[in-house]
Amino acid sequence: MIEPTIYELSQPGRKGVAFPESDVPAYDLPAGFAREALKLPELSEQDVVRHFTHLSQLNYSIDGGFYPLGSCTMKYNPKINEEMARLPGLANTHPLQPIETVQGNLYIMYQLQEWLQEISGLNRVCLSPAAGAQGELVGALIIKKYHEINNAPLRTKILIPDSAHGTNPATSAMSGFKVVSLPSDARGNVDLEALKAECDETLAGLMLTNPNTLGLFDENVLEVIQLVHEAGGLVYGDGANLNALLGVVRPGDLGFDIMHFNLHKTFSTPHGGGGPGSGPVGVSEALAEFLPSPVVTIIEKGDEETPPFFGFYTPQHTIGRMKAFYGHFGMHIRAYTYIAMHGPAGLLDIAQKAVLNANYLMAQIKEDYTLAYDRTCMHEFVVEGAWEDIPDIHALDISKRLMDYGYHPPTNYFPLIVHEALMIEPTETESKQTLDAFAKAMKAIAKEAREDPDLLQTAPHNTPIRRCDEVKAARDLVLCCWIPE
Amino acid sequence: MNTPKGLKYAKTDEWVKLDGDVATIGISDYAQDQLSDIVYVEIVVEAGDSVSKGDTIATVESVKAAADVNFPADGEILEINEALAETPETLNSDPYGEGWLLKMKLSNPAQLDALMDADAYEAYNESREG
Amino acid sequence: MFTPHTPQEIEEMLKVVGVETIEELFEKVPEDFRFPELDLPEGLSEMAISAELKELASGNATTEDFISFLGAGAYNHYIPAAVDMILRRGEFYTAYTPYQPEVSQGTLQAIFEFQSLMTELTGMDVSNASHYDGATATAEAANLAYHFFRGKRKKIVVSRSVNPQYRETLRTYMQGLENVQVLGDEPAAGVSGDLNKLLALTDKDTALVIVQYPDFFGRIIDYTKLIEAAHSQGALVAFVFNPTALGLLKPPGEFDVDIAVGDGQPLGIPLSYGGPYLGIFTIKDKYVRKLAGRLVGETEDETGKRAYVLTLTAREQHIRREKSTSNICTNQGLMALAATVYLSLLGKSGFKQVAELCYQKAHYAAEQISKVKGYDLAFPETPFFHEFVVSTPEPVSMINAHLQEHGFLGGYDLSLDYPEMKNKMLIAVTEKITKQDIDDLVAVLEEAHHD
Repeated sequence: MIEPTIYELSQPGRKGVAFPESDVPAYDLPAGFAREALKLPELSEQDVVRHFTHLSQLNYSIDGGFYPLGSCTMKYNPKINEEMARLPGLANTHPLQPIETVQGNLYIMYQLQEWLQEISGLNRVCLSPAAGAQGELVGALIIKKYHEINNAPLRTKILIPDSAHGTNPATSAMSGFKVVSLPSDARGNVDLEALKAECDETLAGLMLTNPNTLGLFDENVLEVIQLVHEAGGLVYGDGANLNALLGVVRPGDLGFDIMHFNLHKTFSTPHGGGGPGSGPVGVSEALAEFLPSPVVTIIEKGDEETPPFFGFYTPQHTIGRMKAFYGHFGMHIRAYTYIAMHGPAGLLDIAQKAVLNANYLMAQIKEDYTLAYDRTCMHEFVVEGAWEDIPDIHALDISKRLMDYGYHPPTNYFPLIVHEALMIEPTETESKQTLDAFAKAMKAIAKEAREDPDLLQTAPHNTPIRRCDEVKAARDLVLCCWIPE
Repeated sequence: MNTPKGLKYAKTDEWVKLDGDVATIGISDYAQDQLSDIVYVEIVVEAGDSVSKGDTIATVESVKAAADVNFPADGEILEINEALAETPETLNSDPYGEGWLLKMKLSNPAQLDALMDADAYEAYNESREG
Repeated sequence: MFTPHTPQEIEEMLKVVGVETIEELFEKVPEDFRFPELDLPEGLSEMAISAELKELASGNATTEDFISFLGAGAYNHYIPAAVDMILRRGEFYTAYTPYQPEVSQGTLQAIFEFQSLMTELTGMDVSNASHYDGATATAEAANLAYHFFRGKRKKIVVSRSVNPQYRETLRTYMQGLENVQVLGDEPAAGVSGDLNKLLALTDKDTALVIVQYPDFFGRIIDYTKLIEAAHSQGALVAFVFNPTALGLLKPPGEFDVDIAVGDGQPLGIPLSYGGPYLGIFTIKDKYVRKLAGRLVGETEDETGKRAYVLTLTAREQHIRREKSTSNICTNQGLMALAATVYLSLLGKSGFKQVAELCYQKAHYAAEQISKVKGYDLAFPETPFFHEFVVSTPEPVSMINAHLQEHGFLGGYDLSLDYPEMKNKMLIAVTEKITKQDIDDLVAVLEEAHHD
């Protein structure tokens, strides 16, 4: 059944919510500015609720099942987070209220900054970036400004391993850098010789994801960082994969100068169907004054009787403001709740179980699927979603067939350096039973691929819709629904 | 894969047909096949523009990929294929005919000597398939 | 709590992996730095964290406890109960980006409807799936214009009456682009009558002219001449709009602007101390290939059934990498859903009514406040929507402190962003404010005057 659009459901004259009549005299609109028509749909509250309930039922979600989408850390989102972010005392505060009226908010933000500093081993954190990509932009702009202030404007080259997210090169280009790609070696590490060859006086920095997108901890990470530092460059850490490192190692201790956090991955704030994310950035002491503004700080120290007084601070060489106000406060509350509930032991437990789950699942399916790199993985691993003896079956077919078994597919075709990649990240919140059942489905699909390949090529069969015509979508380009005249 | 004789081919998959000092440029059958269903072509130069070897001529997008097309030589643009804006799929169906991208007057036709002939390009494609 | 492993299961799993302990899995991590002691408080129970946060929240003053006249980019509108009920459905908020359309039609159709509502609201041709907020949408408008001209036009002209935080964000984004200048909003430009200044700056090197509608001071300004002049120089024009105002006012599309951006927070999104909000980004058709961010398009599945997919993905960072217009990956999915549900509930008559209530009440408030001795409208001749500037007899911070004692959150102190606007307060009035609230406010102002 096709769910009609809100406009198709609309009936002239219907209303979903009533507002009180005006209690003040009428004032005329300025001449020439009055709007003629605004064709919004007309529906009752029940119409609206049913429509969106129907739509929700067409989605796959973490609450509904296993979602091993690599590099996205689709872990369970605790319900208490949602309750806390909606506390009226927090949700109903205006961002421009005098700071003495929102000390509770500032306390939460300050504590979260402190905790992220402790977890990462970096010295100063700013919460404002709206998402991981914006956190990356902050990092690249800090690298740029740092070299400018230190009279090294010719440092215009950013090195990015070929296993990196596509966002890294896009971010570097947006920041005015020249992007140079670094190959990976046979074990999936950054190729040290290639790195050495690029370490010259034009080097601005390196953007490194560690563990990388192959799910591998770079075995030479200390040497990589040292080489870049010796050449005068800075090292940016993409925090997308921090889930594997909580309580295991602090990127700041390894020598990373900057990194962003994805609160929506590591710290369980919900993905929301594609946002809002939240991408705080941490930096070393030397870069603290380059952070975006504003940063939450203690304006007056407290003592035994009075709590400290919190406010905002603009770093001296700030790269500027990333967005209006202070970041995604609603997400900060959720991450605060999550970290507070876990404590140091709980955080380490997250990383340990995430890595255990990934290695366990990898061991279960490696007989049937070729591993990109056969070594202990961290929180995720990559297999080839194709076999030489069945050339017509692709990673995409396996993914689509997994839907018939009731699973969300892994990440497809990424990282680009693995042929027909399937990138699998189970996360720590999944049970052994779930992993066993998923492994069983993967094995069954490997068998089907040989015995009945058509079953894969025509999959999925049990989903609300079948495979879509993406060429038609792009060529005919319908971006807006029918709106009645 | 169709690789007509008499054309010159670049490693970046452009073909060039030379007629005096006028070159017609397009993308090869191999390139269109790799991109699969092309949904958009944007030619970023206009008739009258002076261009240099290596400059971007056009961006070609399919559902899953995007590629830049580059000038194989210096010269001046004479004519661009306006019809492609409406029917980008022509690049898939007839890359060497109706799917031509533009015509240009070369200032130094000798620059084309660095390009491959059909046999060399076919061998090159086979090596890439490796 | 959130990790389900029993000791026995751990044992079994380790055996399958082929190691004795979990710690062995971390051997590649440099030993000197492995397993640091984190100096964090011990973990709390759900009951304890809930109590702690309630305690913290209770110390805040909120827009529920106080009568709030604060706006300046975030507005205290009524949110119908059904909006949050939909947002709390796990099928929406625990899903991710709809990469796999077969199992994501809910999110995809909701975004498609969002895009449809935004094009109708703005009168523009195309809306994307959203940006982070109004500020970043403004910055991305400049980014689009820069790329549209392939970096050949180097000037971004912006009015001083565009939200100051949006202008700051714009400058942050532009510092990575070679030799791009952001100008037009210098203090000398003044906040009124700066259209001539903008006109004078707009030339063949201008990629984009940015103005706000209604502007940061709530004023409804006729930009027709500026738009014509900018277009005659080949430059693009962007409007930063307030969505509620478009319930009554002529939409940006009718002014022939190229890009219209705004913050969708007024459409059913809580104030939440500044975020998450919703960046609305709409354009004319011809810029669609330079558009940053996700787009949902209609198509069919292989059985011919109507379906929705992410489309034109080849523009985006994961394919175009360093050649994409922007690095944006996500949209504000859940916030876009909130705006979609909000507009569906209010519908044609409800949304217009909210806009009218804001307009009427703001005008009543302006009239009453300007009767108080020492208080005058700063721009008495200029029409406004639901915000207006009042000249005050004393610094705004002093007046606000007094108002707070009487249960009001006063308006925004404009001197914080505009040194030339000492003793100027920006007052916002929404449908949640009653006539009585306004009369009470006026009484407190009058009384303060007599103190």
